[in-house]
Amino acid sequence: MSNGKWNAFVTPLVGDNPITLQVLGVCSALAVTKTLATALIMSAAVISVITVSSGAISLIRHHMPRNVRLIIQITIIATLVIVVDQVLKAFAYSLSKQLSVFVGLIVTNCIILGRAEAFAMRNRVPESVLDGLGNGMGYAWILIVVGAVRELFGAGTLLGFVVLQTTTMGGWYPPAALMLLPPSAFFIIGFLIWVIRTWKPEQVEKSEFRIQPDAERGNMP
Amino acid sequence: MPHDLPKGGFLDLPNDHPVKTLVVTLLVALVCSALVTGAAIGLKPYQIANKEAARQSQILDIIHRLPGAADDLKAGRLLLQAHIVDLATGDYVPDMDPALYDQRRAARDVSASIEIPIKQDVAWIKRRAKYATVYLLLDGTRPRLVVLPVHGKGYGSTLYGYLGVTPDLKMVIGLNFYEHTETPGLGSLIDAPAWRQQWFGKKIWDQGDTLRLGIADGPVDPASPDAAYQVDALTGATWTSHGVTNLLRYWLGNNGFKPYLDKLRGRS
Repeated sequence: MSNGKWNAFVTPLVGDNPITLQVLGVCSALAVTKTLATALIMSAAVISVITVSSGAISLIRHHMPRNVRLIIQITIIATLVIVVDQVLKAFAYSLSKQLSVFVGLIVTNCIILGRAEAFAMRNRVPESVLDGLGNGMGYAWILIVVGAVRELFGAGTLLGFVVLQTTTMGGWYPPAALMLLPPSAFFIIGFLIWVIRTWKPEQVEKSEFRIQPDAERGNMP
Repeated sequence: MPHDLPKGGFLDLPNDHPVKTLVVTLLVALVCSALVTGAAIGLKPYQIANKEAARQSQILDIIHRLPGAADDLKAGRLLLQAHIVDLATGDYVPDMDPALYDQRRAARDVSASIEIPIKQDVAWIKRRAKYATVYLLLDGTRPRLVVLPVHGKGYGSTLYGYLGVTPDLKMVIGLNFYEHTETPGLGSLIDAPAWRQQWFGKKIWDQGDTLRLGIADGPVDPASPDAAYQVDALTGATWTSHGVTNLLRYWLGNNGFKPYLDKLRGRS
């Protein structure tokens, strides 16, 4: 594999991760990560949609009418989302019920339209497919980590299997109920961002302004 | 510039040319609609099977609430039987096969359903089938549980579910919905196990035969006289809560199962 293609796939995993660097797609990362199973299904759904949509949009990019290009991109993405939703309803019915609207809302996930506009419209099909796949995986691994942490510490299980015996079941582990609520995903994603930016300090944004000395205390220059 | 599509007269038109814009848009729309149609039709048999399994699992979930009943059913000591009831008279219709009767399809069929007079249509369903499929959990010939199909408008959808009551109609065993698209996290909490659990043991009618079963205006006050008849309202889902109360009022009323239930109570 040539270097360009390899980069298109690898960069979005950590270096340019859609969630931890671009902070996109956070809504669904909060909503569907209560259990590992829903996080896995959502990840698979997003990976398939973004890979195919990037490929399809790149394929017709030279003939895309400029005035309606966003409509065409959204049409393609929405079609793929409906197909994925139908497949889930046919083969993973109870999980699709738990995911409820969030599969449909993949249409409005900014990661997918973002990759279509920023990458697939300007690059060849193989790179676009790999870029979609990379971004999908970058989104997926964050979701999986958040889902695993929340299920393990919130319910003491992983994929439904008991790992930590909770006190409600007569065990020793008092479950952290906060983990079952969406805000806990904020803390975990924030923690991941801190870890990644400590490892790769170049991701830290420059301060936009300096905090001024406290005027009330008469410290104004 | 490399092209992924072969060069042709039409494809060489500038992308902003109106004809090209229209043709490309139409082509994308055609391909997309073919994909959506294909997926919807091709996967339909699986989806129908899933929905049917979900419907049956809700009936079983109600049976589970009756202590010991689920094990007895599995061991064959109890028998689950479907019967067709003529809602107008409250009598069983023995010459109709419950396996072949689809109450929801019948409700859309003008000859197999009636229009509900607007004043009686508290559940907002406009029409209802003349016949309903009820399920009896039988101990020999003696029923131990009666499961009635109920439906009515919630907030954003029609709620389809089952109400399980004891044959003497003294209390509710369970109220489970198997199909709805209420707002996730608000109205969808009608599926939450903790809320479902509240229905168990609720009384339906008071001494004066007035229907009191329903959802309170907020959390149920244990000191209130309504506490024996009501469950908590769902926070942020007033319409869904009212919808559930209304569908119970309709299906337990004279236009619904009341004639059948009166006869059932007389028999037991």
